[in-house]
Amino acid sequence: MENIYLAIPLASLIGAIIAGFMGKQIGRAGAHTVTIVGVGISFILSLMALNHIVFNGGAIYNETVYTWMVSDGLRFEVGFLIDHLTVMMMAVVTGVSLMVHVYTIGYMADDPGYQRFFSYISLFTFSMLMLVMSNNFLQLFFGWEAVGLVSYLLIGFWYKKETAIYANLKAFLVNRVGDFGFILGIAAVVMYAGSLDYVEVFQKAPQISNQTMSIGLSEWSVITVICILLFIGAMGKSAQVPLHVWLPDSMEGPTPISALIHAATMVTAGIFMVARMSPLYEFSETALGFVMVIGAITALFMGLIGIVQNDIKRVVAYSTLSQLGYMTVALGVSAYSAAVFHLMTHAFFKALLFLAAGSVIIAMHHEQDMRKMGGLKKYMPITWITSLIGSLALIGVPGFSGFFSKDSIIEAVHYSNVPGSDLVYWMVVAGVFITAFYSFRMYFMVFHGKERMDQHTKEHLHETPWVVTLPLIALAIPSVIIGWLTIEPMLFGGYFADSIFVKESHNVLAAFGKDYHGQWAMIQHAIFALPTWLALAGVGLAYYLYIINPDMAEKLKTILSPAYKLLDRKYWVDEIYFATFADGGRGLGKGFWKLGDVALIDGFIVNGSARVVGWFAGVIRHVQTGILSHYAFAMILGLIALLALFVK
Amino acid sequence: MIPLSSYLILGAIMFAISMAGIFINRKNVIILLMCVELMLLAVNINFIAFSHFLGDLAGQVFVFFILTVAAAEAAIGLAILVVLSRNHQTINVSELKNLEG
Repeated sequence: MENIYLAIPLASLIGAIIAGFMGKQIGRAGAHTVTIVGVGISFILSLMALNHIVFNGGAIYNETVYTWMVSDGLRFEVGFLIDHLTVMMMAVVTGVSLMVHVYTIGYMADDPGYQRFFSYISLFTFSMLMLVMSNNFLQLFFGWEAVGLVSYLLIGFWYKKETAIYANLKAFLVNRVGDFGFILGIAAVVMYAGSLDYVEVFQKAPQISNQTMSIGLSEWSVITVICILLFIGAMGKSAQVPLHVWLPDSMEGPTPISALIHAATMVTAGIFMVARMSPLYEFSETALGFVMVIGAITALFMGLIGIVQNDIKRVVAYSTLSQLGYMTVALGVSAYSAAVFHLMTHAFFKALLFLAAGSVIIAMHHEQDMRKMGGLKKYMPITWITSLIGSLALIGVPGFSGFFSKDSIIEAVHYSNVPGSDLVYWMVVAGVFITAFYSFRMYFMVFHGKERMDQHTKEHLHETPWVVTLPLIALAIPSVIIGWLTIEPMLFGGYFADSIFVKESHNVLAAFGKDYHGQWAMIQHAIFALPTWLALAGVGLAYYLYIINPDMAEKLKTILSPAYKLLDRKYWVDEIYFATFADGGRGLGKGFWKLGDVALIDGFIVNGSARVVGWFAGVIRHVQTGILSHYAFAMILGLIALLALFVK
Repeated sequence: MIPLSSYLILGAIMFAISMAGIFINRKNVIILLMCVELMLLAVNINFIAFSHFLGDLAGQVFVFFILTVAAAEAAIGLAILVVLSRNHQTINVSELKNLEG
């Protein structure tokens, strides 16, 4: 199996290299063929690995492939840890990536940077695979940074567009904040566990959990510090409050990468990482509480912003933020399996929603404002039906994949005894209503109601080509069924028994499992439960406001104008960051420039020493009279002095 | 027989005269050159006197070298003088103050 595992990331990498460095020679068709073949190989081999580990009960693979260096007993290695969690992530990443590759043929058809784009997304697939397959912190960090880099490159893909450059720089800087925490966390792991290898570190977790370290004046449990620092990394990558600001702006990039990187896979790296580190997090109640609170805030408040967005992609982006919040909440209540389960179902339906949004954008000639859409249902039947499926899955209509995963999270919070979980429960339940409202607000505004586009666009409206619709259909199928198929093994069947560790006292899923009697019973139970009704209420409200009585929405906007303003300005977080960090940073830089550079170094040290020399020379020059006899006299005096000194 | 001290006194007097010439003279660069030459000759007298009284020929050999160098020096000095008078239309020492700081 080792060769197969090695081939999985390398196939994508080779595709990326060929498309990137030989794009001109192989042409556009060559570029998409080579990358799709590369990712296709990765996908098929990932499925083989999945089959090997899950269905044939193959052994967990945890080996070092290459040792980079050994320094003072610390091993820097490239290695793979292939267990149930990893094979699932690999299958999801390569599967969605393959769909996005195919879709890109249609979406980027007229773009001059065609080969570059394919090279980047293949490189992304490689990086993400390195991240999830890693068996040590160093490689995790490599993958972490590599996906960040590709994300940066792709957000700024249209590098002549000013907003895109602004957005990619913002994403990069915000992620730096998170990554700084992350690398400090890794440093703390190395310091206290003395190893970078997952298994070794996890074995030492119980020991570490008894140690404390002093930060400032207070004593902190080492494990709490490690977990919170690592989670700060996850907050950056998975766009949790307060490091969420980059994700909505990342929508400046082309839609396929919004689907692949900023919805389905990369942003879930933080969730994956915390789930992978569950043997550490389980020892820190404080860190878990922190994770839960951050997740709940993100889930509720980012969803609220989604209500007032008019850009189709931004609605989906805020929905992504909110769903990532749900996953984080699940991590916080130790329901790691539920988080990863939601990660998987979300990857399918959110990629679907993004690609459907992209399909709409193509048909609308790159118009993204929903106020200029409407009634697209009859022009684009495939996009319409797949969007509907995606939306139903997102809001958690019983039976769809999103229902199983989101309901499990809500139930897990319900069963949790973590302090504050009661409040968090109500926040995530309220989030269901909001999710349903903004999802169907978008759905109705785009596919139903009055046709608000101009005449020219309307005449050209038609369904998108097969390379676009095929991935939609291919993603719609798992969006419907994958939850039903996998909930039992993943949440209650011990699928993650070898990769996720949960303390007995935290095990909310086990408690939930006692009340779980099959998928059908869960659906029946949900029909009489609050979340389902809230979801339906959200859909109903959206239907009323945007189809039956469209003027009402405008009226509400004026009535609730302070609240609208608050959401429209995104709680002024961007403005606050600008005023404090951006302007503060610039002010600090200016201060250093004026004081340090201009005044101290240039003014005092460089010019100052020059001035001292000049002044001294001005004094001493008067000795030079230009009169020869004075020089001669000086010579004689010198001669006499030397004679007096040396001749005895 | 004239004692060594007389030679040395002669040399010292010549040296003092030439030094006084350098200090006092404000007019003519040629006089300066002459004073320098005279100074060298004063030294030569010392050399020869010691050479004779100590019976060591090395002093006289040295004098030949000094005379040669002095001749070369005089040639260069006069050449500089010619250029100087062409460029400045003067060889007045007190007016040659280009190096004044």
